Amino acid sequence: MAEVLVLVEPVDGAVGKSALELLTLAGRLGTPVAVVVGSADGGVADELGRFGAATILSADDDVLTSTVSAGVVSLLASLVSSRSATAVLVPSTPAGKEIAGRLGVRLDSGVLTDAVDASVSDAGEIFIEQSVFGGSTVVHSRVTRGVPIVTVRPNSVTPVEAPVSPQVQGVSVPADSGRHAVATSRTPAAAGGRPGLTEASVVVAGGRGVGAAEKFAVIEELADVLSAAVGASRAATDAGWYPHAAQVGQTGVTVAPQLYIACGISGAIQHRAGMQTSKTIVAINKDPEAPIFELADFGVVGDLHVVVPQLIEEIRKRK
Amino acid sequence: MRIVVCVKQVPDTWSEKKLDPADQTLDRGAAEGVIDELDTYAVEEALRLKESHDGSSVVVLSMGPPPAAETLRKALQMGVDEAVHVVDDALHGSDALATSLVLAKAIEHIGYDLVIVGSESTDARMGVIAAMLAERLGVPQATLAGKVEVDGSSLRVTRVTASEQALVEAELPAVVGVLEKINEPRYPSFKGIMAAKSKPMTTLSLADLGVDASSVGLVAAATAVVDSAQRPPRGERTIVTDDGDGGARIAEFLVAQKLL
Ligand SMILES: Cc1cc2nc3c(=O)[nH]c(=O)nc-3n(C[C@H](O)[C@H](O)[C@H](O)COP(=O)(O)OP(=O)(O)OC[C@H]3O[C@@H](n4cnc5c(N)ncnc54)[C@H](O)[C@@H]3O)c2cc1C
Ligand SMILES: Nc1ncnc2c1ncn2[C@@H]1O[C@H](COP(=O)(O)O)[C@@H](O)[C@H]1O
Repeated sequence: MAEVLVLVEPVDGAVGKSALELLTLAGRLGTPVAVVVGSADGGVADELGRFGAATILSADDDVLTSTVSAGVVSLLASLVSSRSATAVLVPSTPAGKEIAGRLGVRLDSGVLTDAVDASVSDAGEIFIEQSVFGGSTVVHSRVTRGVPIVTVRPNSVTPVEAPVSPQVQGVSVPADSGRHAVATSRTPAAAGGRPGLTEASVVVAGGRGVGAAEKFAVIEELADVLSAAVGASRAATDAGWYPHAAQVGQTGVTVAPQLYIACGISGAIQHRAGMQTSKTIVAINKDPEAPIFELADFGVVGDLHVVVPQLIEEIRKRK
Repeated sequence: MRIVVCVKQVPDTWSEKKLDPADQTLDRGAAEGVIDELDTYAVEEALRLKESHDGSSVVVLSMGPPPAAETLRKALQMGVDEAVHVVDDALHGSDALATSLVLAKAIEHIGYDLVIVGSESTDARMGVIAAMLAERLGVPQATLAGKVEVDGSSLRVTRVTASEQALVEAELPAVVGVLEKINEPRYPSFKGIMAAKSKPMTTLSLADLGVDASSVGLVAAATAVVDSAQRPPRGERTIVTDDGDGGARIAEFLVAQKLL
């Protein structure tokens, strides 16, 4: 059966939720094959097998992590041809999109980014669903030339267990004499104890209305009672109240959690671009005219410094 | 150092917000194209590199229909030395593969040590062009840059992703993609606006670049939209004013939605 390659980049020997989402989607399109950057030892192979990876191709080569895109693109390009894959799925992160773009050029194949779903027809044609214009429009697209290269937005697919005993196979990265940018040092982003922003099923975000860096404590407290990730508007990150990595929006992270709680955020179009496909949106803002209320399923016009602590209490009571 | 900056003309980011069916003027304004605000960071970074490296020049490049000349003019007003506009009827409907093909040909035609592009366009939001250009030009890709330094022919970029910050190094020529956090774009000065009037703007067709019209545009697109539909509007909205029970009411809502 047709093989669908899924790019998996384990972090510290652990497989992220988005890899499982991609495997689930790949299972709907054909036989999922996980292409693992680094070793697929123990836990990694087990986890990928649990979510349907019949074959695991593990490539343990420094070039994959030291070069910007180049190593991974060469690896995927060689595997697409050697395995006659019918599609390639890559996580829709900024770095993932870059890989998809280069691979598209290398293979002269159509690239579709930010897919939220996919299906295959009886004739084997793959259809990709994208949610565009900030979620207001649903588009179905098709790749009409080459092997579909698709980036999939985190949190769009529910991972479904489909246990198989995977065949693990080592693969090598083809030699490449090109000139590439190389990472000479790297600093991991502070992880903190919270779920990752794109993977979290609940995101609590604070904006200029929070008022000060130390006042983000109340946002974090709400996040923690909900096991949520913390996000921020650009106004809050620019003010230095919260790390830039937490910025949600057009020039930050795009999130699509089950629940997004916006606290003291006006809802500027650039912010909305990063959160409006959230399944349920709750907003707290003292300005009844704030555009965020146009998006909110439930909104409270009020002072977040009053409303949020009460909400935290109420959640604790119900636990 | 010769720097080529790629800029795109897009519908005004704020157009959606300004869309008022009762107000025709705003409606027309909304349809008007502007320089992609994310690309102004690329222009600014190019100008800063030029200012700190003697003997450098900056060329701004855009592919798009005739009104895109306005976008190029804006970059000239900011201080860019010359503009190149690729315009051809056959380009209509080009996908990212075709766009990168044409831009790469134009960049080679112009000549370059460094190419700078924005992180993504505010309309397409694909974020693939920088990587595609590196692939097509066969030069290093130094993208998602929060900081760019050039020393002689060596390039150092701080690459920022959700999981890490990496110091990335390469030799020129190279392609750089800049994040919006990198700088604060300048506004054109009066002097800049006046000076822009006499700066060269070259228009190139596909034939000038040796690109076959059949390899671009709608006919050559490797992707196709099958159908599209408006998503039904979000369900019922409830907005309440806090009367001392705002937090409790959110909790009730969350319970009712089975989110708690
Ligand atoms: C190129 C570009 C890219 C951008 N990218 C992004 C992006 O990725 N993400 C992003 O978020 N923004 C982005 N922006 C910025 C965006 O335009 C807005 O400026 C920003 O989102 C505003 O943040 P805010 O809502 O926190 O602040 P404001 O717009 O100032 O809103 C603060 C809100 O808090 C409310 N408030 C104040 N005090 C309280 C209180 N005590 N209780 C309750 N409510 C209170 C106010 O009523 C107000 O509505 C970008 C802008 C540009 C030009
Ligand atoms: N038609 C175009 N002309 C010039 N530059 C472009 C064009 N399209 C995209 N770019 C550049 O590529 C970047 C990324 O665009 P995209 O991959 O479409 O999101 C933009 O920020 C621009 O710098």
